[in-house]
Amino acid sequence: MKERAYDIVIVGSGAGGGTVAQELSPLCRDGLRIAVLEKGPKLRDAEFTGKEFEMARVLYEEGGGFLTTEATMTLAFGSAYGGSTAVYTGTSLLPPARVLRNWNVPGLTLEEVERRAQKFKTQNNVHLIEDDLINENNRLFVAGCRRLGWQVGQFPVSVKGCRGSSLCNLGCPNQAKQGTDRVQLPQAERNGVEVVTRCEVLRLEEKKLFVRVAAKPDGAKGEPSPWEPGEYSISAKMVVVSGGAVNSPALLLRSGFGGSLPRLGHGFTAHPALIVVAEHDRPITNFVGHPKSFYLDQFAESDRFVLETCMYFPFITAKSLAGFGDAHSSFMRAYPRLQMILVLACDHVEERNRVTIDDAGRPVVHYHFTTDVRRALVRGAVASARIFFAAGARRVHLPMVDPSTVEANETVRLERIAEEAPFLLGKVTVSAAHLQGGCAMGRTSADSVTDPFGRVHGFPWLRVADASLFPNSVEINPYLTIMSLADRVAEKIREEVRTL
Amino acid sequence: MPVSDRPSHPTSPPALAAFRPLVRGIACTIVPEAVSLDEKAWADFERLTDAALGDRPPALQRRLQLFLRAIDWLPLLRFGRRFHSLQPAQRARFLAGLENHVVQLIRSGFWGLRTLVLLGYYGRPEAAAAIGYHADPRGWEAQR
Repeated sequence: MKERAYDIVIVGSGAGGGTVAQELSPLCRDGLRIAVLEKGPKLRDAEFTGKEFEMARVLYEEGGGFLTTEATMTLAFGSAYGGSTAVYTGTSLLPPARVLRNWNVPGLTLEEVERRAQKFKTQNNVHLIEDDLINENNRLFVAGCRRLGWQVGQFPVSVKGCRGSSLCNLGCPNQAKQGTDRVQLPQAERNGVEVVTRCEVLRLEEKKLFVRVAAKPDGAKGEPSPWEPGEYSISAKMVVVSGGAVNSPALLLRSGFGGSLPRLGHGFTAHPALIVVAEHDRPITNFVGHPKSFYLDQFAESDRFVLETCMYFPFITAKSLAGFGDAHSSFMRAYPRLQMILVLACDHVEERNRVTIDDAGRPVVHYHFTTDVRRALVRGAVASARIFFAAGARRVHLPMVDPSTVEANETVRLERIAEEAPFLLGKVTVSAAHLQGGCAMGRTSADSVTDPFGRVHGFPWLRVADASLFPNSVEINPYLTIMSLADRVAEKIREEVRTL
Repeated sequence: MPVSDRPSHPTSPPALAAFRPLVRGIACTIVPEAVSLDEKAWADFERLTDAALGDRPPALQRRLQLFLRAIDWLPLLRFGRRFHSLQPAQRARFLAGLENHVVQLIRSGFWGLRTLVLLGYYGRPEAAAAIGYHADPRGWEAQR
């Protein structure tokens, strides 16, 4: 086994790890050695082709189809240089004040999160997309909501020179999206941080990591790892775990920290989501333009759902439509006339929902759908149908009902669907990309895994900086909040690193 | 088909190798247009499904194989014939029964199989183009 030594090792390169890397990188000038270990590959610009299966397989863990143990939901999270910021749409919102109040993390205020976020809004070019670059899929959402008297919001997004490929979730082929792969990691590397790709952390011991560097398979995309393939033992004065809400708790669990941290892996939330599709009489611009420009959150408190514009690729669309045969095919053949909305349920911490590990130490995610979550998804889908019809759609596909097609004149049926809230788990395609919790911040090990600065209780050399810190659902797209918290964690590390 | 750098299990035969005719029959029920696929298109379909399944944990592959055996034989109880001998309408009724089954595990099993078939069919660029999907990295510029 080869050996390496660093002052600080960061595990993961997404919104959390990439941010910490940049914020600590000035320490390199003082002689500190810092490394980022990333399990996924770093792709060359020309390798972002926008092809659905090819890119999903390279950029996501398990191709974006990581299944929960109950096999009722898939989880999509990135595994590449830049983590999930390589595959997000760049949406950059901050949580409502009630979320921070409910989190009740000592000393953490919305004002502080906003202040820290401002830096990243500037660095990552967060802004509202210009009106003339917004496609009809998005415009129809706005038109439908306005006709219903509902207030839409426009997503600030982190893009620069967006050409409207609509391929954000497959990695921007134009390098326009400003994730940590384009901003924070390159800056960190310029300042002296080493980023080691294809490097999986197997386990941690006190101030030590055991990792495996994979060889680049023949013909595969991406650069080879800067390190020779093989197993390494790395000593580090400080370790920052930023592997995301699935992999961070799993790493700590397989490293044996569960015994002294009873809340490790608990508190997992995900914003379970489903895609609702409508057909218009005429083709609309849908697979060109930024896919996610608007949202509707006025029902987040009352009915626990948020709606977002979206447009997905053929396979994801096919998977999201329930049923099969001619009815399914007829919606697929209407692709150029399709409008889509993503319904996200604002789930809350539920004792059964947690991350554990299997016998081999691999992450296992348990997710039980509460009645509230099922109802939120159904009501969100019905609200989407109303928006579609208000925007002029001919028919809507609601995956949770049979028959799944709802015509424009079936308003009474829609009311009934909303009240009865039918939902056959295992039949309806539900996926989640906002994975949160598992290493929650709090006061003591009885209620949390870390303190308010990401310091793991009882292990001052070990920090967490990613969405796993969230004590409960953030209720909006999480990236900017993750970066703010990572900034907070990094600031404390800068204060303390000399004393370790 | 491009090679991925995700770990697969190249030393073992594809998990679906022994089920090709059955999977094709299921695929033609799920996506009726699949009946017109030629051998090259089926080969593309199978390359995609083999690759996707090869990336998944071995236990999941074994569960899918078990589920396929059940689909092959269970129609005997209801229709007196195995799946491949059923008429198209009978196949559709049988699969709809799995999709809406009272047991969630069976619904999930069918969902997984259906997802794999949809990947094999719509994951092919030809199928995407046939439904009018023409996303282009050049975005707006390519549309004008």
